Amino acid sequence: MSLDMKVDGKSKNRADDLAQGILGTPMDRPEGLLKVTGEALYAAEDLPGNCTFGMLVSAPAQGDVTLSNEAEIRDMPGVLAVIHDPRMVRNAAQGTMDEAPVQGVDHAAYAGQAVALVVAESFEAARHAAQSVKLGLSGEEGPIDPQAVETEESEGNRFVRGDLDKAMASAAHTVDAVYTTPSMTSAPMEPHAAVAWWDGDKVTVRASLQMLKYNRNELADCLGIDSENVRLLSPYVGGGFGSKLGISPEAVAAAIAARELGRPVRVVLHRRQMFEVVTRRSETRQHIRLAADGDGRLTGLGHEVLVSNLPDEPFSEPVTQGTHFAYPAENRLIRKEVARIHRPAAGSVRAPGEAVGVTTFEAAMDELACAAGMDPVELRLRNIPEKDPEQGIPFSSHMLEPTLREGAERFGWFDRDPELRARREGEWWIGTGMAAAFRVNILSEAQARVRLTAGGAVVETDQTDIGTGTYAILTQIAGELLGLPADKVETRLGDTDLPPGSGSGGSWGAASTGSAVWLAAMELRQRIADAMGCDEAELTLKDGQATCGNVTQPLEEILGGESLVGHGHVKPGDALEEVMQSTYGAHFAEVAVNDVTGETRVRRMLGCFAAGRILNEKTARSQCHGGMIWGIGMALTEGVTHDRRTGRMVNRDLAEYHVPVNADVPPLEVHFVEERDPWAGPMQAKGIGELGICGAGAAVLNAIHHACGVRIRDLPATPDKVLAGLLQ
Amino acid sequence: MRPFDYTRAENVSDACAAAFAPEAQFIAGGTNLVDLMKLEVMAPGELVDINRLGLDRIEESDGGLRVGATVTNSDLAADARIRQDYPVLSRALLAGASGQLRNKATTGGNLLQRTRCPYFYDTDSACNKRSPGAGCAAIGGETRNHAILGTSEHCIALHPSDMAVAMRALDARIEVQPQDGPAKAYEMDRFYCLPGDTPHIETVLEPGDLITSVWLPAPKGTRQVYRKVRDRASYAFALVSVAAVIEMEEGRISHASVAFGGLAPMPWRDVEVDALLAGAEPSADLFDEAADILLQGAQPQEGTEFKLPLARRALRAVLEEATL
Repeated sequence: MSLDMKVDGKSKNRADDLAQGILGTPMDRPEGLLKVTGEALYAAEDLPGNCTFGMLVSAPAQGDVTLSNEAEIRDMPGVLAVIHDPRMVRNAAQGTMDEAPVQGVDHAAYAGQAVALVVAESFEAARHAAQSVKLGLSGEEGPIDPQAVETEESEGNRFVRGDLDKAMASAAHTVDAVYTTPSMTSAPMEPHAAVAWWDGDKVTVRASLQMLKYNRNELADCLGIDSENVRLLSPYVGGGFGSKLGISPEAVAAAIAARELGRPVRVVLHRRQMFEVVTRRSETRQHIRLAADGDGRLTGLGHEVLVSNLPDEPFSEPVTQGTHFAYPAENRLIRKEVARIHRPAAGSVRAPGEAVGVTTFEAAMDELACAAGMDPVELRLRNIPEKDPEQGIPFSSHMLEPTLREGAERFGWFDRDPELRARREGEWWIGTGMAAAFRVNILSEAQARVRLTAGGAVVETDQTDIGTGTYAILTQIAGELLGLPADKVETRLGDTDLPPGSGSGGSWGAASTGSAVWLAAMELRQRIADAMGCDEAELTLKDGQATCGNVTQPLEEILGGESLVGHGHVKPGDALEEVMQSTYGAHFAEVAVNDVTGETRVRRMLGCFAAGRILNEKTARSQCHGGMIWGIGMALTEGVTHDRRTGRMVNRDLAEYHVPVNADVPPLEVHFVEERDPWAGPMQAKGIGELGICGAGAAVLNAIHHACGVRIRDLPATPDKVLAGLLQ
Repeated sequence: MRPFDYTRAENVSDACAAAFAPEAQFIAGGTNLVDLMKLEVMAPGELVDINRLGLDRIEESDGGLRVGATVTNSDLAADARIRQDYPVLSRALLAGASGQLRNKATTGGNLLQRTRCPYFYDTDSACNKRSPGAGCAAIGGETRNHAILGTSEHCIALHPSDMAVAMRALDARIEVQPQDGPAKAYEMDRFYCLPGDTPHIETVLEPGDLITSVWLPAPKGTRQVYRKVRDRASYAFALVSVAAVIEMEEGRISHASVAFGGLAPMPWRDVEVDALLAGAEPSADLFDEAADILLQGAQPQEGTEFKLPLARRALRAVLEEATL
């Protein structure tokens, strides 16, 4: 039996009528204690007996690869094998690719590509041997500068209507600006790691991955075997942020090596390889044009972008994704060009598209507010579309106005003096800035199983918890529907032997796999109601007791020693065509800019967000905190530097690639505006994992401008750039 | 990391003797060395552990303070006498690295930490410091944390220390026990070597030489300022830093010693800057002239040009603060 649902229309609000009362609460993570005490074993920590250790060898430049001293390496103490296999992959697969990424390591397509694996009896021996490999690299090198090559247009992103040039020429207020953002990296705390072992024709890989059902097919395709013969285990993942969406070089190499050696092989990426062989966020060049009438209403908008990727990569940074639906403007010109260059592969990094696209667009909107002499919040309020500006369909819900108003109120926004350089404390210019946040909402196919016994319920799916709180929310969903406290629900994740969930990515994990768990538990409710002879809608389940009309019975009694198994399966449906679904929010930041040095410090930051039903108030808040901190990094410190001669990442470690540290992060405030989005599926919940980063950096950049009058369009706003502005 | 031998020295002379061996290297906190060994930027065949030599004391001596070579950065920054009489040093220490690193990093090790030039850290890149004669990939490459003073056509690497900058302003002396012969003491400008055509030679230390302590004379100024400009609020190397030790008498500067980080291959000090300030009445013009003198020989790369205005403004602000 299975309860299937294709989300074609609106769902009823059932969750608010359920009795257990744990859904939405800030419940602690059930696995939290295991994590903070080190009991939760991550991929590289859970080693089978007789395990061997591999280290990937990175090519310092492009070229055809020869291993010059392979025999010498094989003779080094402890070395078991040097693997240089055509099935090894050039870079990690793109998210939901479901097939092998580009394979073959005879040619290094970019400086930093992993081209061989050395396996040894110890990690130290493998690392030293890998460092001792001498590579011969020859042949032509491809271009590395996205601005210096012919580009191809990405048709799917194009939208042209009216005449933007004419709109600009006749507008009361205009903005015409070019923004640039550098390559960025996910930098999860847990590096990519894989431990592979074979049993006959079957391979098991314990790995750090986000989307197991796709990763399983990707690995099988890489190895040329049936997916049935691949089992992946990712019970705990120490951060992903998109970098672990697709199968990556270490997992493929570990599986190949384990087969060859007949022993388990562990491969962990070096932190420097974390920058190079998994995907980066593409650098972008964004030409933004805005035309507005005297009231600040947009009459035209242009967003023309240049991004890059390696040849043969299907992904290109969807920078304009949010621009298509954010603001109404009759005249529109949205297009994207892709430069094929030989930097490390570009792929999804937290909020692909909106993270950089909304940030720059919201900075440009701030420029428009200044040009029009209008309050930036008011400018947004005047430009809220009534329906999707391009598709003409309604929004499932549109929460920008309530989040703007509540955020502005709580932040004390309207107390600001709109004048630039109006507030000074000693050497510091103080200013405030804001930005809107929006991120498309996506539902993805997912399945889950719930088994109910006298002892409680067990939730099972291959869904991953990448630190987001999946264990907690799936436990809450099952507990809510089945009337069980959290300690009577066990959630098992991250094993391809379990029903395929949606995977974690695109902010869709909670709402998608959560809906599958909902449906599985709903099926069980129906069967309990059947057993009691009533309608499911009349059934109340609470604390292990079932009530129908005047009859209350312990669940245990109804089960009579048996177990009930429910299976839920959710698929996206026509709802996607009928309405536009998005999450919304508003960011507010106060910064101090040092007049002597150009250093910027964020003094406080507030975000107000709406994403349908909030499933767990604590984990949702953590996601928003994380997103806002990413925004601080994007605005002030983060950027990969590519060597101009080789394209190699120069600052490829965490000492030189500057993510914000504690001292960079001020008190953060997060508020949720509760809503129920009936189009979002049975729980009426939307994704929130990425909303917090969308536009966050713009609030900081806009605050810098308000503080000291310096507009930074080349991110990040490091002291040298701000100082150059101050000196003008 | 290359396999290596490990020896724990029990006394200074044993340590010096052990380190005299080819490819031997002292290890104290290891916060820099171990990273470099993992990357095989440094590959010593033997490590001589000096953590048990009893060099972890701070003692009053000869009118100043003698700081043992293995006193940790955290302990030194927290010492009451340092905080009272040498606040510029305490502040510089606390501006460096992170709490965890400062708990391990030592005084001697900090003086000897290697540059953070990314091409030095990348064994695939040409680096005259790592492989003499190989060339310098930083020149013509991506520069930011690089020097603009005291460089050569062979190397533009920067000395990354905060602590050493404050010590330079305090006229610290570095005390060294050679493997044979009597102890020596070096003024800091005699201790460090500019790159010239031998960027791999960073100090005057010979094989087997052990830094045993740093002696701080009685402070010559009570107005002490350390200012560090950096990309993020913590755990980032200085773009520019300034340490100033100033004494005022009747509205005039009676003593000035100013040292700089983020600008040069060694903690930088310009005697002409100090000479200009000494005896002068503080003014914006004076401070600008000091900056002119400091930066007159600067040779920035494309990525380090910003350090010229930044150093000027940081110097001016520090001198204003110290002479108020």
